[in-house]
Amino acid sequence: MTESGLKPVGSPGGKASGEEVIDLHGEYEASNVQEVLDRLDHELVGLQPVKTRIKEIAALLLVDRARRSFELTSETPTLHMSFTGNPGTGKTTVAMRIAEILHCLDYVREGHLVSVTRDDLVGQYIGHTAPKTKDVIKKAMGGVLFIDEAYYLYRPENERDYGQEAIEILLQVMENNRDDLVVILAGYKERMDTFFQSNPGFRSRIAHHIDFPDYSADELLQIGQLLLGQQSYRLSEAGERAFGEYIDLRMKLPQFANGRSIRNALDRARLRQANRLFNSSRTQKFVKQDLMTLEAEDFYASRVFAEGELDQAQVFSI
Amino acid sequence: MRITQGTFSFLPELTDEQIKKQVKYCLDQNYAVNIEYTDDPHPRNTYWEMWGLPMFDLKDPAGVLMEINECRKAYPDHYIRVGAFDNERGTESLRISFIVNRPAHEPGFRLQRTETDGRCIRYTAHAYARLTEARNAGSD
Repeated sequence: MTESGLKPVGSPGGKASGEEVIDLHGEYEASNVQEVLDRLDHELVGLQPVKTRIKEIAALLLVDRARRSFELTSETPTLHMSFTGNPGTGKTTVAMRIAEILHCLDYVREGHLVSVTRDDLVGQYIGHTAPKTKDVIKKAMGGVLFIDEAYYLYRPENERDYGQEAIEILLQVMENNRDDLVVILAGYKERMDTFFQSNPGFRSRIAHHIDFPDYSADELLQIGQLLLGQQSYRLSEAGERAFGEYIDLRMKLPQFANGRSIRNALDRARLRQANRLFNSSRTQKFVKQDLMTLEAEDFYASRVFAEGELDQAQVFSI
Repeated sequence: MRITQGTFSFLPELTDEQIKKQVKYCLDQNYAVNIEYTDDPHPRNTYWEMWGLPMFDLKDPAGVLMEINECRKAYPDHYIRVGAFDNERGTESLRISFIVNRPAHEPGFRLQRTETDGRCIRYTAHAYARLTEARNAGSD
């Protein structure tokens, strides 16, 4: 896409004749993609199918660049994607990484992510939608447009809904400005499926449908520890056991939002820890470790244990 | 008569690729880029019609070029210019403005002489490149 693309070894500046050797691996390392992929591996627990697909896409783009240096014509691959999965499975985070990867491989020029929902695209009255949608599209150009809960764009129960207008503009841009932006639609699996059924144009324009699996209890525990590590907290041994039990119980309850529920649970545990420390502060002095450690009781106090119900705060925070 | 005004006025017409690069520069400087059109290119006419709102928070010139092309489609026989507004304290005005489209035929200006007292003559440059108006003036 740019002049800084692949140069075959042995012919600086010139086009390859076909005999030259191309060092794909060296090019791969030079493009910083490895770094982003590593970060993806570290920051996101599990999600194996997603990671595999992203690596495949990275490989495709790299090979495509190599092919171009030999003047093998191939159409720019379409990279519009749809992410389906339950809440809190990391769709937004992955979208951000994808934007970085595409930028490293020169597929998009800027590599920023513009995250929108129906409200940002659809207007309130006649003639309001088109400028609004175009405005968002213009902002996303050179990067990735991430439409969260994309199925809200289409409201079959109201035939005068302006969402249809936004859909038409999007479809047009996805087709005509493939070099300028990548569109990622995200949402829950079932509703996205119905959405694609009623908008076949979208389905055919999207090359990559990526499904985000739910996390297992072990993975959730890992995520929790990762989150705590980032905030300089740790679990005591008993705390870890309690947190494991908490996760098992919480997963069975309604409104479970994977990573997001874990984050909320930890936030509440921190609240209880602070309260515990504060209440015993008259009789006790603390060391650094005490301030960092979440104990079992910080988790057992949750209502998930007491009544098998959601905490009040939890109901609101979802 | 080829009308020149704004930045790059003595260069040949910018290609789309060149326009993109200039706009990219403006966006990198955090200027708000806007598109204006008019059929009245008189140098004193500062009030061109706006094509949509100024574009804020853009990262890539592709969006601006898309709008330019749409404006060209709607007004192929008008002058279209791109302006870049710098909101930096102390500047707060246009930094760059250049023409990106002009009519195929540019009638230029019509000079009107008005005799006033003492055989003194006042000159008015009728800038109207408006095709219809130029024609009307000719048929008077």
